[in-house]
Amino acid sequence: MSQIENLAVQTPAHNDSLLRFMTCGSVDDGKSTLIGRLLYDTKTILADTLTQIERTSKKRGLEAVDLSLLTDGLQAEREQGITIDVAYRYFSTGTRKYIIADAPGHEQYTRNMVTAASTANLAIILIDARKGVLTQTRRHSYLAQLVGIPHIVVAINKMDLVDYSQAEFERIRASYLEFAEQINLQRSGRDITFVPMSALNGDMIVDRGDSMPWYQGPTMLELLEAAPAAHSERAEPFRFPVQFVCRPQASDNPELHDFRGFMGRVESGDIQVGDEVTALPSGLSSRVKAIQLGEAKLEQAITEQSVTLLLADEIDISRGDMIVRKNEAPSPVKQINAMVCWLSETALSPARTYIIRHTTRETKAKVGEIAYKIDVNTTEQLAAEGSLGMNDIASISFKLAQPLMVDRYENNRATGAFIIIDEASNNTVGAGMIQAAV
Amino acid sequence: MTTLNQQPLSHLDWLEAEAIHILREVAGQCANPVLLFSGGKDSLCILRLAEKAFRPGRFPFPLMHIDTGHNYQEVINFRDQRAAELGERLIVRSVEDSIKRGSVVLKSADESRNKHQSVTLLEAIEEFGFDCCIGGARRDEEKARAKERIMSFRDEFGQWDPKNQRPELWNLYNARSHKGENIRAFPISNWTEMDVWQYIEREQLGLPSIYFAHNRDVVLRNGAIFPVNVPLANGEIINQPKAGETVESQLVRFRTVGDITCTAPVPSDADTLSKIVLETATTTITERGATRLDDQTSDASMEQRKKEGYF
Repeated sequence: MSQIENLAVQTPAHNDSLLRFMTCGSVDDGKSTLIGRLLYDTKTILADTLTQIERTSKKRGLEAVDLSLLTDGLQAEREQGITIDVAYRYFSTGTRKYIIADAPGHEQYTRNMVTAASTANLAIILIDARKGVLTQTRRHSYLAQLVGIPHIVVAINKMDLVDYSQAEFERIRASYLEFAEQINLQRSGRDITFVPMSALNGDMIVDRGDSMPWYQGPTMLELLEAAPAAHSERAEPFRFPVQFVCRPQASDNPELHDFRGFMGRVESGDIQVGDEVTALPSGLSSRVKAIQLGEAKLEQAITEQSVTLLLADEIDISRGDMIVRKNEAPSPVKQINAMVCWLSETALSPARTYIIRHTTRETKAKVGEIAYKIDVNTTEQLAAEGSLGMNDIASISFKLAQPLMVDRYENNRATGAFIIIDEASNNTVGAGMIQAAV
Repeated sequence: MTTLNQQPLSHLDWLEAEAIHILREVAGQCANPVLLFSGGKDSLCILRLAEKAFRPGRFPFPLMHIDTGHNYQEVINFRDQRAAELGERLIVRSVEDSIKRGSVVLKSADESRNKHQSVTLLEAIEEFGFDCCIGGARRDEEKARAKERIMSFRDEFGQWDPKNQRPELWNLYNARSHKGENIRAFPISNWTEMDVWQYIEREQLGLPSIYFAHNRDVVLRNGAIFPVNVPLANGEIINQPKAGETVESQLVRFRTVGDITCTAPVPSDADTLSKIVLETATTTITERGATRLDDQTSDASMEQRKKEGYF
C-alpha cells in the first residue's frame, strides 16, 4: 500500500514545510537508484521522462528500467558514466517540499560533498549491506559532522542481496555506532537513525514492502517527513547582515524622503518591532521602528525571512554591516582560526592575499599558519606540510584587513561560514568554518 | 533575549525569502545588472519578488526583453502593461535587428528564432555593459539545469562551461566578474513548476490570457498539438498549416510561453488559477516535454544550447 497513492489528485497546500537533505554514497551503493526511487514513488517522474529512460535502459541492454538514469546529468558525465558535480533535485509529498543535494561520493570529490552539505539539514549515508562500514562511510560521516548537519540517516541498502537478514542489519548498525562514538558524531544533539532498505525493489523507501517484517521503524520517507526543518530546533541569537540600503529620496512621495530601509535576511534568531539593536562594526545602537516585506508591514521577522528593517535613529549603516541585538553582539575580529576545505585545482599559496566573503562582507585576508591537515578517511590530524591542494581539509589561521563579526560555526552555520575568493580569477577557491575568533 | 522559532517558514515563504536574498545580492555585488523579462509566468514571479525585495525604492536594475519577433501579441501587450504599472524602465532588443545587422543568419525563413536569442542577448549585454543578467530559469526544467549554479558564470563569449563553474556554498554567492564577463543569476532556481503556480495563485498575479484555457486553431504535427494561423503585431500571419493538415479549433492553454514557432499548447479546460494548480498536480508530462518542440531533438540539446550562450 502506498501512503501517498492519492497524492497526485490533492490540491497542494501553500504552507508545506521544506527540508533540504543530501545523499552520500557512490553509484555502487545505489545512491542514484535511491533518489530515482524517491522521485518515482512520489510520482515526481512524469511519463515522458520515464519513456526517455526506458529507451536508454533498453539501449544499454538492461532488462528493467534503470532508475539511476533519472539523476544522470550532463553530456560529458553521461559519456564517462560518472557524476562529477552537485545536482539538485526536487520532490514534494503534499505536506513537505524536498530539495536533494546529490553529490558524488569518491574521495577526490570531497569538495562536492562539502558543497552539498553546506545547505543540508539531513544527510543520508548509504551503506552496501554486503560490504558494511567502509572507509568512504567514515569519510562521509566525518564531512557531514564537519559541515554541521544535525540529522544523520544511515541507509543500509541492498538488503535484498543479504536475504533481508536482520542479523546483518544489526551487525552493521553496531559497527557504525562504534565508529560514530570514536568521532563523537552524536555530540551537540546530532541524531543518527538506521533504516534497512532495497532501493532496487523499493523496500522501506516510500513503501514498506513485504520482505522485512522484522523492521518496525519508519521508512526512509517517514524519516524525511518527520525530520525538523532547519533552525526550528534551537535558540540562536539574532543576526542580520545588511545586503542593501534603500533610500528612495528621489521618489514623488514626500513621506519617503527620509526613508532608510536596511535590507537583508534574518540569518538566525528573530526580531520584533521595538527591539533594541546594535549596528556592527560601529557599535551604535537604536530601536527597530518598523519591519517591512516589500511595502507590507510586519510585527516580527523570523529566521531565514528576507525583510527590510527601519530604525528609530539615523545611524550610518551600509552593506556588509550587521544588525544584532544589543546584549548579544559578537565582537568584530581581525584574526580567525577555521577549518578550510580547499576547492580549487590551484593550490593555496600562503604568499598570496585572498578575499574572504563572510555574510555580506568582504575583506582581504592573509594565511597565517596551517596548524594541521585532516585525513578525511581516518579523521586523524596530520602535520601540515607545504600547501593545500584541492579536496584538502586543514585548520588555518587568517589575518584580516577588515574586522568580521563572526560566531563559531558550531554555534551558527550562517555567521560561522565564509568562502575564499581568488582575486585574480574571481573563483571561489575555499570554504571555511570558523573554529575560533582570536 | 533569544526566542525559539516555533514555526519555520512555509515552503513558499522560504522560496520567496531565498529569491529576495539572491536579488539583493545581485544588487549589492554587481555594478550594472539587468532583469530579463519576457511577460512569461516565471519572469512575472520574479517581478513580484523584486517588488518585495526593493520597494518602496525603485528596482536597482532595468528590465530587458529579447524579442524573437515571434511572440504572442497578448504576451507582448502584457509585458508592456506590467512594466508601465511598475514604473520601471523596459529595454527591448529584437532578433529582427540582429538579422538586419547580419549577426543572425536564418537557414530558412520559418526556422525557429528561439536559439538565435543568444546572439541578440550578447549584443545587448555588450551595448549596455551589463555585468549580470537575472533570469527565471529553474533547475527542475531540464536535466542539464540540475547542476546549474544560482550565480552562473559566462565567459567573454557568453559561453557556459559546466567544468568551469564556481562552487556555491551556504548562501554565500560569488557574483564577481571581470570586464566583458557576465554572471547569470537565477533567483527561482529551487522552484518547481508547481511552486511557480502556487506562488502566482497566492499572490494573485496577473498573467497573459493565453495561460488560461481558450479556443485556438491547431493542427496535429509530429504528435503534438501545434498552433496555426497566429497573427503577429505587424499583421503577418505565421505558422501556416501544411498541405494535408486539418485545422480544428480546440480548447487549449499554454504551460510555457515562448517563440510561437516552437511552443505548443496543451489541451485544457483550466480557466482559473486554482484549476491550473490542480492540473499541474495531476499532469503526467513535464513542462518542456509537453510544450517545447526544440528540446526534443536530442537528449542533450539544452546543454548544447547553453554552451553556445543560450540563457
